[in-house]
Amino acid sequence: MEMQEPGEGKCPEKPDKMKVKNLAEVLDARIVCGDHLADHAIEVAFASDLMSDVLTLKNDNVLLITGLANVQTIRTAEMSDISCIIFARNKKASPEMIGLARENDMVLLECRYSVFKTCGLLYQAGVQPIF
Amino acid sequence: MSEKVGVEYNVDGGNFTRAGYASSEIKKILKKLNVDMGIIKRTVVATYEGEVNIVAHAYSGTIYADIDTERVRIVLRDEGPGIPDIEQAMEEGFSTASSQVREMGFGAGMGLPNMKKNADVMNISSEVGKGTTVEIILYFKQIASS
Repeated sequence: MEMQEPGEGKCPEKPDKMKVKNLAEVLDARIVCGDHLADHAIEVAFASDLMSDVLTLKNDNVLLITGLANVQTIRTAEMSDISCIIFARNKKASPEMIGLARENDMVLLECRYSVFKTCGLLYQAGVQPIF
Repeated sequence: MSEKVGVEYNVDGGNFTRAGYASSEIKKILKKLNVDMGIIKRTVVATYEGEVNIVAHAYSGTIYADIDTERVRIVLRDEGPGIPDIEQAMEEGFSTASSQVREMGFGAGMGLPNMKKNADVMNISSEVGKGTTVEIILYFKQIASS
């Protein structure tokens, strides 16, 4: 088997890691809390409205894309060490959710696109799936 | 870590706004004690699953955590309807959760199995009409199997 040079075999148009501010640009999304984490790099993304599925993830630095906007979405992210959540389908983060997210140093984004379109755009931009 | 730490939290059945509070506090304690991040995540995910179960199914409950130099032990005890068939409850996908619980993003029959996956030891006992007790233990160091 031939040894690959670092970076070989990777699509040059796809950066290794996207930053939160890049996600916001791609999705025309609004950062509703955690502006100071705009340069935080995202490794992989996972989309689900089922928090039970999110709680089974082993990865770190996961971006969660969801249409489920309630306090338990934030709690689930807290337990799973997820620091970035995108609320798709124009779902809004409540003041209580934002307060809890701030306590846990998370960044929350609101986006008007569907979960499908959100995932499609992020995939196209180089965000990797977990599996 | 030189001393043993013991804490207890009350959990209200049906109060989804507060669900996760106890798990969050336990996470803060484990972080302060410099427990390995991977073990913290496994502990709090399992505890949170159990806490959501109490909120979703029971009338009230307590979550007790004790931590020493070797392990963290969590006991989740509730007063509630109990589980008639524990083996069935441990099957992935089996759920008796209400539509309200499902709307919150849970109730897919994955809680107890996920607790078991994350814990090194899990013991569950239940009495129908009285309540359920789940004990989970996570060891800080891998114990060699004999």
